[in-house]
Amino acid sequence: MSLNKRVVITGLGVVAPNATGKDAFEQALREMKSGIAKIPTLSEHNLGCQIAGEPEVSDAYKLSLLPELLNKMLDNHGVIYGCLSGLEAWKDAGLTVDYDKFDPELGIIYGGGALSMDESIGPRFDLVNAGQVRKLGTKTITQSMNSGVSAYLNGMLGAGNRVMSNSSACSTGTEAAIMGYELIKSGKAKRMLCGSSEGKGKYIWGAFDSMRVLCRDSNDNPTFGSRPMSSTSSGFVPGAGGGALVLEELDTALARGARIYAEILGGDVNSGGQRMGGSMTAPNSTAVQACIKNAIKEAGITPESIDLISGHLTSTMADPIELNNWVEALSVPAADFPLVNATKSMIGHCIAGAGSIELVGCALQMHGNFVHGNLNIEELHPEILKIIPAEKIPTATVETNLNIVAKANFGFGDVNSCIILRKFSS
Amino acid sequence: MTKDQIKAEIKGVIEPYVMQKELLDNLSDEIQLIGDLKINSAHVVDIVLDIEEKYDITIDDESINKMNTIGEAIEVILEKMKKD
Repeated sequence: MSLNKRVVITGLGVVAPNATGKDAFEQALREMKSGIAKIPTLSEHNLGCQIAGEPEVSDAYKLSLLPELLNKMLDNHGVIYGCLSGLEAWKDAGLTVDYDKFDPELGIIYGGGALSMDESIGPRFDLVNAGQVRKLGTKTITQSMNSGVSAYLNGMLGAGNRVMSNSSACSTGTEAAIMGYELIKSGKAKRMLCGSSEGKGKYIWGAFDSMRVLCRDSNDNPTFGSRPMSSTSSGFVPGAGGGALVLEELDTALARGARIYAEILGGDVNSGGQRMGGSMTAPNSTAVQACIKNAIKEAGITPESIDLISGHLTSTMADPIELNNWVEALSVPAADFPLVNATKSMIGHCIAGAGSIELVGCALQMHGNFVHGNLNIEELHPEILKIIPAEKIPTATVETNLNIVAKANFGFGDVNSCIILRKFSS
Repeated sequence: MTKDQIKAEIKGVIEPYVMQKELLDNLSDEIQLIGDLKINSAHVVDIVLDIEEKYDITIDDESINKMNTIGEAIEVILEKMKKD
């Protein structure tokens, strides 16, 4: 068994705050469209941050992908976004839903964050507290277990390989793709559906609000709230949504004539151990740099060849620290430093869904030859200007041939993930 | 409400849970929910909850166990509607 299968991305699906469906998402990225809005229920419940990124999911989009029964039963937003993004990616890859097919070479890794803190849980707890447990029905556990999305997707796709659900906070999505890539690379699976999602509402966002990490200064100017790398970044704007990618062994993809968005050249997942400056909520910079360097090494590329960094960049005071870690890890002259963008400037921080949505964005930018601009930077943070030339952080979309993209996400618990994509050529 | 009316209505209730729609074409009283309509046994719980909501009735566990066929389900609904 060869241990070095090449792995390519052949399908994309996305439910994001600024667009639903990959074509609309690509257009929204090009146009730098914000998906952040004022959310009345957040002000009614006294959150300091009353803005968020909520996807708009039309009935037509739902009905185009979800079977009738799931369309009727599902009410957990994390599960709905997950199933929709997964099915869209599957169909985008040119694959069909066949209830008679069982595929031992297909696996699913669809991760999540706080699935059971979605706002749909409220009425259920009300039932339990009122002594009406019998009314919960069968869809309560299946939508609140963290493997819910993988389980529902598998009912439609018939995967017989590894069907798992990772959870690593804000690092979940990129981690899911790396795990799927490693399984295909090592010959254990031929096709993996990978992704992650996060639901919405006052329970999950209230918990972040109480930590005082959310943006509280833009309730009257919602689309300005998320401004990564800015001198006035004041906290992240929470978001919801899901993203999914179909990964395939190259030979399998070529044999069926699949469209190839990008090749995955390498990736690394590590942890800072909550040591050396790392903690539950802060990163160990040494480990972050090691994660980036390991991914580059596995990809077999030089740091100078990276065209774009798609950062984690959440619009907090951690953005300058993150960029310093990229500068240290890459160690290239300023003129050779890649372009940098933060998709969160448009969609906010979709927490466990962030990595997958942003990775879908990377594949779309690579395939569509553009780098989306960074929204809301009126003035770059001075600590960033000291280490990266301003022209490397575009404030408007740039049409450019994108050959190599490095994407990273970092999460609570001091966990890191970094993946390297390259434009496919045989 | 007549048996035929209820039958027509519960056909609508169970329809989303039936994967092979053609199985609903000839819905005689003897048709079994799980055996004939191939409904996932776990979903019988959800169908009962849907029926309770539609008719504003409560179906106790003992009655649920009697609802194996379409005819038996209709009988239980009629009986509960009389009581409530």
